[in-house]
Amino acid sequence: MTFVPHTERDRQQMLEAIGVKTIADLFEAVPQKFRFPKLNLPAPLTEMEALGELKGIAEANESADDLVSFLGAGAYHHYIPAGVDSILRRGEYYTAYTPYQPEISQGTLQAIFEYQSLIVALTGMEVSNASHYDGATALAEAVNMSHAIHRGARNKIILSPGIHPQYRAVVHTYEDGGDLQLIGEDLDLSAGPDALIELIDEHTALVCVAYPDFFGRVYDYTKLAEAAHAKGALLAVSVNPTALGLLKPPGEMGADIVTGEGQPLGIPLSFGGPYLGILTTRNQYVRQIAGRLVGETVDSRGQRGFVLTLSTREQHIKREKASSNICTNQGLMMLAATTYMSLLGKSGLRQVAESCYHKAHYAATEIAKLKGFGLKFKDAFFHEFVVECPIPAAELNLRLLELGIVGGYALGAEYPGMQNCMLLTVTELNSKEEIDYLVETLAEVAHA
Amino acid sequence: MLELPKAQPTELIYDLGAPGRTGVQMPAPDVPLADLPSGLVRDNLPLPELSELEALRHLTRLSQLNHSILTGFYPLGSCTMKYNPIVNEEAARLGGFIHAHPLQPAEMMQGSLAIMYHLQEWLKEIGGFAAVSLQPAAGAQGELAGVLMIKAYHASRGQSQRNKVLIPDSAHGTNPATSAMSGYRVVEIPSDARGNLDLEALKAECDDTLAAFMLTNPNTLGLFEEGVQEAIEAVHAAGGLVYGDGANMNALLGIARPGDLGIDVLHYNLHKTFTTPHGGGGPGSGPVGVAAHLADFLPGPIVGIEEEGSEEMGPVYGWHQPPKSIGRLKAFHGQFGMHVRAFTYILMQGAEGLRSVAEHAVLNANYLRVKLQGAYKVPYDRVCMHEVVLEGRWADAPDVHALDIAKRLMDFGFHPPTNYFPLIVREALMIEPTETESKEVLDAFIEAMLTIAKEAHSTPEVLQQAPHTTKYGRMDEVKAARQLVLCCEIPREVSSEQ
Amino acid sequence: MNYPADLKYTKNDEWVRVEGDSATVGVSDYAQDQLSDIVYVDFSAAAGAKVAQGATFAGVESVKAAADIYMPVDGEVVEVNGALAQTPEAINSDPYGAAWLAKIKLTNPAQLDALMDAAAYEAYCKERSA
Repeated sequence: MTFVPHTERDRQQMLEAIGVKTIADLFEAVPQKFRFPKLNLPAPLTEMEALGELKGIAEANESADDLVSFLGAGAYHHYIPAGVDSILRRGEYYTAYTPYQPEISQGTLQAIFEYQSLIVALTGMEVSNASHYDGATALAEAVNMSHAIHRGARNKIILSPGIHPQYRAVVHTYEDGGDLQLIGEDLDLSAGPDALIELIDEHTALVCVAYPDFFGRVYDYTKLAEAAHAKGALLAVSVNPTALGLLKPPGEMGADIVTGEGQPLGIPLSFGGPYLGILTTRNQYVRQIAGRLVGETVDSRGQRGFVLTLSTREQHIKREKASSNICTNQGLMMLAATTYMSLLGKSGLRQVAESCYHKAHYAATEIAKLKGFGLKFKDAFFHEFVVECPIPAAELNLRLLELGIVGGYALGAEYPGMQNCMLLTVTELNSKEEIDYLVETLAEVAHA
Repeated sequence: MLELPKAQPTELIYDLGAPGRTGVQMPAPDVPLADLPSGLVRDNLPLPELSELEALRHLTRLSQLNHSILTGFYPLGSCTMKYNPIVNEEAARLGGFIHAHPLQPAEMMQGSLAIMYHLQEWLKEIGGFAAVSLQPAAGAQGELAGVLMIKAYHASRGQSQRNKVLIPDSAHGTNPATSAMSGYRVVEIPSDARGNLDLEALKAECDDTLAAFMLTNPNTLGLFEEGVQEAIEAVHAAGGLVYGDGANMNALLGIARPGDLGIDVLHYNLHKTFTTPHGGGGPGSGPVGVAAHLADFLPGPIVGIEEEGSEEMGPVYGWHQPPKSIGRLKAFHGQFGMHVRAFTYILMQGAEGLRSVAEHAVLNANYLRVKLQGAYKVPYDRVCMHEVVLEGRWADAPDVHALDIAKRLMDFGFHPPTNYFPLIVREALMIEPTETESKEVLDAFIEAMLTIAKEAHSTPEVLQQAPHTTKYGRMDEVKAARQLVLCCEIPREVSSEQ
Repeated sequence: MNYPADLKYTKNDEWVRVEGDSATVGVSDYAQDQLSDIVYVDFSAAAGAKVAQGATFAGVESVKAAADIYMPVDGEVVEVNGALAQTPEAINSDPYGAAWLAKIKLTNPAQLDALMDAAAYEAYCKERSA
């Protein structure tokens, strides 16, 4: 099924107009020995057959929906109101492209403007871009931004070890081989933000932390921001937006850049993507931000409207001098987050955040009571926490799985010495019954 | 001219709703409440308060202000705005996929891994490559992956003195931006009078400081590079590698394989060539294919076979990290939802279908070319591939610009072509019809274009003031840039209800 | 298009007005017309900086283009026109007057001889508009 509408008659008329005999004649510029290769692909299927095949493949997954899941670690299972997908399914949104022609793209443009507004409100920052690929790449762009803001004069970047290990890996991919020095990742995991302060000096461009951090812990970074600013450095905070439904936003702590993974805002797990990169900053750094921005203006008839603006930062104009090479945003995911935040609003997002918080604390309290189990850290946390188990976490997970539970993230793979540690996540979707079942099962299988 | 009615003003989300309203009621926690962390609870969450209907009506009304593929012809050059099959959307939303957590063990996720494995294999076959990684988030990130791989490859051979990248003057801006991000110096290669890259200029730069040549083929003029083999041979002979920008793969499906032509690494744009939706600007998805000598450098992990299958049992798939990988480009495994959609599309096309896609894309573009020639200047007058570039200017209508033509097209219900790109054509209009548009649609578009060409000479003000029939007129972009307003006014005061 | 006779011009469309051992630098009427409405000016050099001929000392942006501004001759920056940050549109309305970009002390006045005079520059602009 090619979705090609041409009839034989159409083709003949068109070829005649062009002045060639066959379609193959249009490809004479292609070197003959490479022209029309035979591709070894499966025979084409009809829509009915294809969907049948795909259903079979999808069923080979044991997904979080079929089981009781306490796995998070950067991707979260939340309830998505039905309204969200009804908007994503609108062809007017998903089959449009970048709003280059504002007269006939006001839907996308205003949706982006509203997304920027909602993210500004949530983070307490002043400017949000139209979105980035994901939380990890948004952090890498924050690093590039800080380099540009200092006009290349500072080359030290401090990365907290509490940042998601995959995010730090992406920063390394972007920066290794460049002239930036990445430090701080080997600090003691229990040391907290004060240990980062000691690393800041007059060569420091940026300090990066996470809120909550990878282990679920939450800190007030106000002192850290002050310490960074005192040395002329900037502070970037990578956030989970759900937590900001309840917790003090990093904008109030003095952050200069806030990045984050927007997936929890109405975007399904979908095996890791597409997700949503949040990237925000202060007004004074707006010209160094990567990615699209939408601004308000008026049209020739005096009506309020919206356009892509400050495009001169971008690759299609600045080319090798651009602030980034990005030329898409996560448009559809941006729309999902906008719809989600519009539907939940002030009270709904707070309810989700509180529900996550209380359930996670209930689970942590109950697990800590079990013989041989304990909480690894004493710090305040949001909806994730690290449990030290009596046996290796990976092993424990296998036993949980036999009883229908997807356990937490086994930290041993990323953190040597934490073989027995598991990062558990509890969201509003986990009922008390599920939590109690987890607690009972842990007690049972850990000592089996 | 008639006084046109103003569009009903579109409210901003912060103008809607009322205190106390919500679109979704969440259940109260069914567990004992814990103490909230002292000093860390926010005073105010300044989000709007809308009913479900208010929120959905608002977003639905906004959607109606968009031109889209589903509502009209969208010949935006270089973007391949073809029909996005609805079945893709169904496939990507199947429960097994959409609720799959990326950190679940591979043994539990054999369905997702099967999709990724087959898509890797098919993209290898379609492009003539030895290996593929699906990780890059978009074409621009695929470019970054490719250039970083090239850099790592040269470093592994003790050739780190290679510090420059050659880029044709017709290339997308992402090419130089990516090279600069990767620490390379950019040298621009001019185009010749036939719209090919200037081979002599290219050869003059082929020395032992050459890291890579970035090639878009067909180029952004919509033309197949006639010197492609000679160019690639020259670059290889100097020890450089060739990066292929796969933005225009829709013209090459089943026509020629970039790997066969000697391209060392290429990114695909799944949202262009393989019908994943453009989504109002994304998500993209930019898998990279490489020749054998770059396979060890791919961003990973990628999917491999752990245990071969038998007649009764399929193979067991697992994650595999290429030994000299440049590392991770994003968290998790790439834009998986887009992989499912592209998989579905290829599954329904097969080899013949893909070739037919490219053939009809090229047929449509050439039909527009011959029909518009004369009324418009075709600066490079030869058989084109999937798109045709015209000049939107006439010596005898000096006050009409490509922009005016673009805006006037809206009055006829069409999305304008890309304008002012490629940069080497003055007042460029870059038209990519794609294979999914019928002859009737093309004929209507041609008629509109011919009418506009006449108006440009007879009544230029009609173009200069266009669009006339859309809900919005031309936007004041200067005001937007000079008086930056990038978000709504956010109510900052502490609300009484908290 | 205006090409004042008392100025020297560069191929990158900067102008220089010489006053003894000092000079004022700006961008030409042709340049502002090509760029269209200027929305932003940014100085990468400040007073006291020694800037070599051909080095960037400022950038100007319209909504559709960005241009680096190069120093026409070697000089030490005495003053940059900071007021343009608030009124970038002055470059469009008064490129040779209120919208000067920098005042410099000449450190190699001999370089001036190689710049174009108004007639040569006018011819150069007309050639590019053809």
